[in-house]
Amino acid sequence: MAHSILEDNVASPETPGSKFYPPFVPTAALEVEADKRLAQFPEDQKRSAVLPILHFIQHHHGFISAEAIEWTAARLEIQPVKVLEVVTFYPGFRQSAPGKVHFRVCRTLSCAMGGSHELMEKLCELTGIDRSHADSHHHPVTVSPCGKWSVEFAECLASCGTAPVCLVNDDFHEAVTADKAQGLLDQYADGHSSH
Amino acid sequence: MITYKAGKQPDSREYRLIFKNVDREGWDPSIDCYLRDGGYEDLKKAMGMEPKAITEEVKKSGLRGRGGAGFPTGLKWTFIPPNNTKPVYLICNCDESEPGTFKDRYIVHQDPHQLVEGMVISCFAVGAKVAYIYIREEFPEAAIILENAIAEARAKNFVGKNVLGSGFDVEIYVHRGAAAYICGEETGLIESLEGKRAYPRIKPPYFPAALGLYMCPTIVNNVESLCHVKHIVRMGGDEYSKLGVKNNTGTRILCVSGDVKKPGYFEVEVGKVTMRELLYDMCGGPKDGREFKAVIPGGSSAKILRCDESFTLKGKGPEGTDLKLSFWDIPMDFDSLAACGSMAGSGGVIVMDNTRKMSWVLNNLNTFYAHESCGQCTPCREGSMWMKKISDRIVAGEASPKDVATLESVAYQIDGRTICAFGEASSWPVEAIIAKFREELLADTKETNEEVPHNPEAEAQRRYLQHA
Repeated sequence: MAHSILEDNVASPETPGSKFYPPFVPTAALEVEADKRLAQFPEDQKRSAVLPILHFIQHHHGFISAEAIEWTAARLEIQPVKVLEVVTFYPGFRQSAPGKVHFRVCRTLSCAMGGSHELMEKLCELTGIDRSHADSHHHPVTVSPCGKWSVEFAECLASCGTAPVCLVNDDFHEAVTADKAQGLLDQYADGHSSH
Repeated sequence: MITYKAGKQPDSREYRLIFKNVDREGWDPSIDCYLRDGGYEDLKKAMGMEPKAITEEVKKSGLRGRGGAGFPTGLKWTFIPPNNTKPVYLICNCDESEPGTFKDRYIVHQDPHQLVEGMVISCFAVGAKVAYIYIREEFPEAAIILENAIAEARAKNFVGKNVLGSGFDVEIYVHRGAAAYICGEETGLIESLEGKRAYPRIKPPYFPAALGLYMCPTIVNNVESLCHVKHIVRMGGDEYSKLGVKNNTGTRILCVSGDVKKPGYFEVEVGKVTMRELLYDMCGGPKDGREFKAVIPGGSSAKILRCDESFTLKGKGPEGTDLKLSFWDIPMDFDSLAACGSMAGSGGVIVMDNTRKMSWVLNNLNTFYAHESCGQCTPCREGSMWMKKISDRIVAGEASPKDVATLESVAYQIDGRTICAFGEASSWPVEAIIAKFREELLADTKETNEEVPHNPEAEAQRRYLQHA
């Protein structure tokens, strides 16, 4: 059977984190969000709403699936490839599920000088994550075997004065040296911040 | 009487104009707090002026863009074609992603109404009825804070239809990005706002003021720049231009990070603080037992400076003689830093001490640019990854001396040959670090590495040639 490149691009491989996210299905809330965002642009520029709609979908479902791409394309009245090219371009969109709790550790200069790479190593050690197959372009996210945690390096998060910094889901944490890693994991033991 | 939170008092050398309310005791981002402090009075003043008069004040003020390029803001506003009939847009560039920069973050999280007020004034001045705040994806909390602030402003008739009964309508929307540095480039941002990949456009002809969002006239300004507009309306352009130094007016926010005792943000009059004052007096000097080695003065794209360097500024001395300036005496303004071969850029001052290997520093930055290249232009797409691979080898001890020369030549083949300034941004760190630290980089190389294959293909080729 000939191998389809499109399948590769749109396929969303299962990860240990998949069980924590509901599969994509259009909801009333999604329709409301789509209407709200489309109203922010001229009638003939529906394509502009692609980023906000994809953010809403990823927030609820963890990643952008083929079904989500098709729904979004239909809603915006554009071809699916025009949604796919956005999903594959922006590092902020994922095509497979992260862990229940997702860490984004800054890797850029000031945070690296402040110990962010040591923080990443410690997080991987404590969660059993093996990052040896990660690469920034194609496979930036690595999920723990239990699916509860995932990590990726992010580029400069614009808080260099309080390096090293990281995002945990949508929560921002500053001055997170490696010795603080366990405390951070404890804070998110239930899947969201206990603070 | 303004007081600041414990441990967050501004340094005595600061002039808190834009950052007046950052870390302020008793301050919160609500409109009630902002109004109690006299907020939106400047908008009322602006609505009583002619739009062209506001632009004149901004021109007189000498305000230069605070996003990194330092282009005169008032001048940019005049680039809208005179007989334009298309809708005009204003975009606030809140994509703050230049490594070393951390100032817009605090404005949008702690003082959102200053930005909203600055934006409404600017929209009125340039004739924009719709404005977008393009905010980087990694500021999720600020996106909500800004949307709340806009809703509060709308409820008080500062945003929306018929602002303050003037007949002027303006809508402001918050639009989150998706973690791509190239969306900080104004035309990349515009492409992203149009729902596409952020491939920048070539200028000319695609200057946003002429052909911007949906090919309509669009003014793109940095968060901080738009806040300065509010203050310029309040004090008048002439008064504002007395702050700072000639051609480098106003205040700017310096962001110091890296190997200093007290990293952080400092708002100062442009050019009134030197490197010495900034790094020693305001940031507490180097960490114990270490010495300052190098500084990147304006975000990672700015050319690095050695702390032991001196510069000769032609004709800038008394009676047109040459001025000799040591690194420590450089005033932190646009023109001085440019004259020293670097730039004021975004104000991101990254400090490295003598424990840092420059090959490691360079590799960290090369990895950043290789990741963030949009891929549109061949020199940058191929070159940025090539440069990263070479500096990977230098750091791993697998490079030959020729690799340093190759690295340098690749940088010069990107510089000036791309659609947007990312080409320069990715090549300048390589050019400058090699120029200033060539011996240190070469010391990590071995001539015998020249014969070592660098990847499986080269290894296979070597074996093939050996047996041919």
